[in-house]
Amino acid sequence: MLEIKNLHARIEESGTEILKGIDLVIRPGEVHAIMGPNGSGKSTLASVLAGREGYEVTDGSVTFDRKDLLELEPDERAREGLFLAFQYPVELPGVSMSNFLRQAVNSVRAHRGEDELSSVDFLRTMKEKAAYVQLDPSLKQRSVNEGFSGGEKKRNEIFQMAMLEPRLAILDETDSGLDIDALRIVADGVNRLRSRDRSFLVITHYQRLLNYIVPDFVHVLVGGRIVKSGGRELALHLEEQGYDWIREEAVGA
Amino acid sequence: MTNTDSLKPAERGFVEFWRAADGHVLNGRDPGLAAARRSAIERFAEVGLPPEKSEAWKYTNIRRLVEAWAGTDPVAEGPDPGPVDGLFLVPGDAWRVVMVNGRFDEARSALAGLPSGVTVASIAEGASSRPEVFARSFGATRPEGADGFVALNTAFAQSGLFVHVPRGTQLGRPIEILFLSGSERRGFVQPRVLFVADEGSSARIVENWRSFGEGAVFTNAVSEFLVARDAAVDHVRIVDEHASSVHVHYLQARQLGSSTFSTVSFVFGGGTVRSDAYLLPDAEHCETHLNGFYFARGSAQVDNHTLVDHARPNCESNELYKGILDGQATGVFNGKVLVRQDAQKTNAYQSNKSVVLSETARMFSKPELEIYADDVKCSHGATTGRLDDDAFFYLRARGIPPAKARLLLLQAFSGDVFETVRDEALRERLLARLEALLYA
Ligand SMILES: Nc1ncnc2c1ncn2[C@@H]1O[C@H](COP(=O)(O)OP(=O)(O)O)[C@@H](O)[C@H]1O
Ligand SMILES: [Mg+2]
Repeated sequence: MLEIKNLHARIEESGTEILKGIDLVIRPGEVHAIMGPNGSGKSTLASVLAGREGYEVTDGSVTFDRKDLLELEPDERAREGLFLAFQYPVELPGVSMSNFLRQAVNSVRAHRGEDELSSVDFLRTMKEKAAYVQLDPSLKQRSVNEGFSGGEKKRNEIFQMAMLEPRLAILDETDSGLDIDALRIVADGVNRLRSRDRSFLVITHYQRLLNYIVPDFVHVLVGGRIVKSGGRELALHLEEQGYDWIREEAVGA
Repeated sequence: MTNTDSLKPAERGFVEFWRAADGHVLNGRDPGLAAARRSAIERFAEVGLPPEKSEAWKYTNIRRLVEAWAGTDPVAEGPDPGPVDGLFLVPGDAWRVVMVNGRFDEARSALAGLPSGVTVASIAEGASSRPEVFARSFGATRPEGADGFVALNTAFAQSGLFVHVPRGTQLGRPIEILFLSGSERRGFVQPRVLFVADEGSSARIVENWRSFGEGAVFTNAVSEFLVARDAAVDHVRIVDEHASSVHVHYLQARQLGSSTFSTVSFVFGGGTVRSDAYLLPDAEHCETHLNGFYFARGSAQVDNHTLVDHARPNCESNELYKGILDGQATGVFNGKVLVRQDAQKTNAYQSNKSVVLSETARMFSKPELEIYADDVKCSHGATTGRLDDDAFFYLRARGIPPAKARLLLLQAFSGDVFETVRDEALRERLLARLEALLYA
């Protein structure tokens, strides 16, 4: 589904190289976790995959369902089925949740050759999916993320994912800043959306989330490279030992 | 009458036209109106057009624009506009007034069912049928006088529109005034409105400014509002003219007793659109709302100049102007809130926000507070920025194409000004117009 080969990327403005040769293959239905210390390039990877401006890919390739992902505009990527749950969701004062989601859902549906949802179906779907993450249905009148608590913003990201039904979802530190109850709600929402042909790339700093969203593979990103990959036990090991031993191993290698 | 030799060519041209057309200009037989016109042309000859480098016209070289219309007959009638039905903005049951090149077109207007005692007529007719109202109202909105354009308008206004809502009368439906300006080659038109809302009355009025025909038209318009005690007047003005037009508009509103006056303007189209709003809450406990939205692209210029003149205690004013500039357009906001020494306990708020979409569009914003009273609450602020990149990316990351994402953000930005339009059907029409302009 997603194949990243030798991906190098730098910050356009400063020219600083952040991603220094990433290789990663995600097959349908798989859940991959990427862990790593702050500043190791996790969000940069997510941004490059989603197509955010300000990053320049200097080498390597990314294919998504056999398409050259890097050739696509950010909105085309989303319509192709890529979803990014933002580490810092953006507030959109004056843009109502329902208008926002209607535009998003209908853009994606049109791309898939599906009809627009009727108002009734749209509202019903909104209500149903909001319940996945226990969001108050009255949120449809509110402006996107405006005045939302930290936890509500994260749940809202998962809610949007549920509405858009992507093929690949990238969750960038969706767990950060959540208490244990909120973490469970978010994880339940994600687990509900797991399926044989939907894949996940779960970025996290702590392994805590991975107790709830159990990954098939864990990768450790340090200094812009994946320095170790393994099964979920790698996450537990990191929890006990921290990142230092990996850094040393990586330097030693 | 002054010797015209000492005048600059632009001023001299008007004075000579006025003399030549004397009898024709003085349509109507009211001696008060004739006297007002005569003293107006004298005042115009004295103060003239704004000088080239005046602060109030810093970004709009108005003298050069007027000179481009030199020799255009300011009392010519102009061509027939043809059918007008599709041009109204207030759906349904509004009373409709049509003004063609500043002249009240009674045949095209629809005024059946106005409450008794309400007058909607040409100014000349109003002056003779309601002499007492005319005498106390015409030219009474701005005691200190405005610049030469208002005097010029008074001298030349053709027929104009006189609306009088008598004491205690509630106009249940809005009055929409469709101002059509057009010419085959060049036109210079000077529409005039006098709106008098007496004690305890209420009214909603919509000014809808449109162009017709091939020629470029210079409009120099004045709309005066007198609002008495316990009256409420709600005014909406829409300017959606051809890119060749020059539109200079003076809104002058004076609140004579504790009352509410709300005005909001929408500039969607025009070559140069200069709007001067002068609001004088001239009694205690007045409430004044002054809002505006402007959109300009191409090489258009939209210049908003406002003055809220707080002269009395215990009044409140709210002012919000927002605009979007694209292409090589220029936007100007020059808004002043003046709180005079006697105006204690004034609450006055002013804000101007603009979004600039292109590298070449420009916005000049100058909010001003001038306060001489010590017990007041006032604030003002101005921001000009680009579309928020993070917000734009967030929308696109949800599959929304760039043009749609931009539209959503610009609608969200402008929304609160449109919200001030109380008539929902009209608001929907204006929002649809915004969408058509932004989402092409
Ligand atoms: N747009 C940017 N401009 C400047 N520096 C950036 C930008 N994005 C990321 N960086 C830098 O790149 C490095 C990696 O950041 P990031 O990908 O956010 O790490 P992580 O998500 O793993 O904490 C950091 O040193 C960060 O400061
Ligand atoms: Mg990060």
